[in-house]
Amino acid sequence: MALAERILQGEIRATAILLRDIDDGMASAVGELKQLYPHTGRAFILGITGPPGAGKSTLTDKVIAAYRARGLKVAVVAIDPTSPFTGGAILGDRIRMNRHATDDGVFIRSLGTRGHLGGLSRSTNDIVSVFDAAGWDIIIVETVGVGQDEVDIVRVAHTSVVVMVPGLGDDIQAIKAGILEIGDLFVVNKADRPDADRAVRDLEMMLEMNHPPEGDWWPPVLRCVAQKGEGVAELIEKIDEHRTFLQSTEQIERFERNKSTLRFETLLRDQLYSRVHTHISASGALAETIAAISRRELDPYSAVETILAAHLLRVDLPEID
Amino acid sequence: MAERKLRLLVAKPGLDGHDRGAKIVARSFRDAGFEVIYTGLRQTPEQIVSAAIQEDVDAVSMSILSGAHNTLFPRVIELLKEKGAPEIPVFGGGIIPEEDIPGLLAAGVKQIFTPGTSTQAINEWVVANIHPRA
Repeated sequence: MALAERILQGEIRATAILLRDIDDGMASAVGELKQLYPHTGRAFILGITGPPGAGKSTLTDKVIAAYRARGLKVAVVAIDPTSPFTGGAILGDRIRMNRHATDDGVFIRSLGTRGHLGGLSRSTNDIVSVFDAAGWDIIIVETVGVGQDEVDIVRVAHTSVVVMVPGLGDDIQAIKAGILEIGDLFVVNKADRPDADRAVRDLEMMLEMNHPPEGDWWPPVLRCVAQKGEGVAELIEKIDEHRTFLQSTEQIERFERNKSTLRFETLLRDQLYSRVHTHISASGALAETIAAISRRELDPYSAVETILAAHLLRVDLPEID
Repeated sequence: MAERKLRLLVAKPGLDGHDRGAKIVARSFRDAGFEVIYTGLRQTPEQIVSAAIQEDVDAVSMSILSGAHNTLFPRVIELLKEKGAPEIPVFGGGIIPEEDIPGLLAAGVKQIFTPGTSTQAINEWVVANIHPRA
C-alpha cells in the first residue's frame, strides 16, 4: 500500500517515513503529497516563535498538555539550527516534551534548518500538510530561536505566539521591525523575574503605536511562567479567541490565499531553477557561461537572458495580452 | 538535490542522572555532520522507542551508567520489534563490565563502547556500520 494511504489510515510509522522523505528531498515524496493535499485544511496550526532560551519548548510542552486535556490530537514540528560548517545538528526540543512520547495522541518531530533562513526548514510547510491530512487536530510549529527577521511562521501558522523574556533590551528594541510585527499574541515568559513588568510595558507600548483599526485583532501581551504552568490556561483562552476571530472574518480566506500563493510561487521558482540548472550543468553550458562571465567576455545579465530564451522556447507558453 | 542525512537518537534511559558522556557523543555526532535527536535524561524504553519511530532515525544509541544495561538494551530491542521497527539498530555505551558484552551482543545490540573509547572511534564505527535507510 502506498505511504499516503497508510498515512490517511493514521499509521504513525508511515507518517514518520514520509516526513523524512520530504525533509531529504526525495522525489518519491511528491507523489504522496499530491495524494494527501485534498485531505488538508482541517487542522489548526499554531506557531510558537521567539529568541533562543525564551522557553518555547517548555511552553510548547504545556500547550500540548492543555490540548490533550480537551481530547485533541497534537502534532509538533520542532525546528533547531543545523550547523553551517558540518551540516550536523543537535535537535534537543524533545527534551522538554518527551513525557508525551508514549501518548498516542501526540506526535513530535524534530527538524534541522538545513541551511534555510527564516526560522523554519524548507520542508516545514509540506510536513504540516502531512500531519493535517493524517487527521491531527492541532499542529504546533516551534521555530528555531529567532532574532529579528525570521518571520516565515506567519505564512504557515493560523495563530503566531511570540515568546519573549524580560531583560532583552529597551523600548527601542521593541519598536524595531521584524518578529514583533508578526505576533497575534505575545507572551512574556519567566514572568516571575523582577524586570517582567518593564518587558510587558515596553511590548504594550509598542503595540499601542500600531493602532489596529476598529474590529481588527489587537494582540494581547500575556505573562507566563511556563516551567510552573502559570499563565498557560489564559494563553490557551486567547489562542481560542484569535481562532474564533479568524473564522468569523475574511481573515482566514486571506490567510489561505497568501499561503497558497507562497507555496505555488516557491514551487514554481524551485522547479524552474532546478530544471534549467540540471540541463545546463549536463550540457556543459553552465561551465562555459561562468568562464565567459569571469573573463568579462559576457555579462551575467545577458547570459541569463540567453539561457532562459533557449529554455522557455521549449515550453510553448501561450501569449498573454 | 535528494540527499539522505544520517539521523541518530541519543538516549539516556534509566535512573542515572549523568549525561555528560551522552552530550559529548551527541556533539561529536553533530560535528561529523549527523542529525542528532537528544531525548534528555531518565527516559523509559517506551519513550525511547516511540521517539525513534516518530523521528525515523537510522539508529538508537543509549548511554547507561546505572548498571541496568542487561535489562534496558534488550527491552528497547524488543519494543522496536513490537512496534514494527525491528530494522532500527541499537548500540550504546557506558559503564558496562566486559563480561556482560557478549550477552548484550547476542541480544541484538550492534556494538558496545566502554569508557576510554575516543569519539573519533565511535564516529568511525557509525560511518562504517550505520547507514541512512533507502
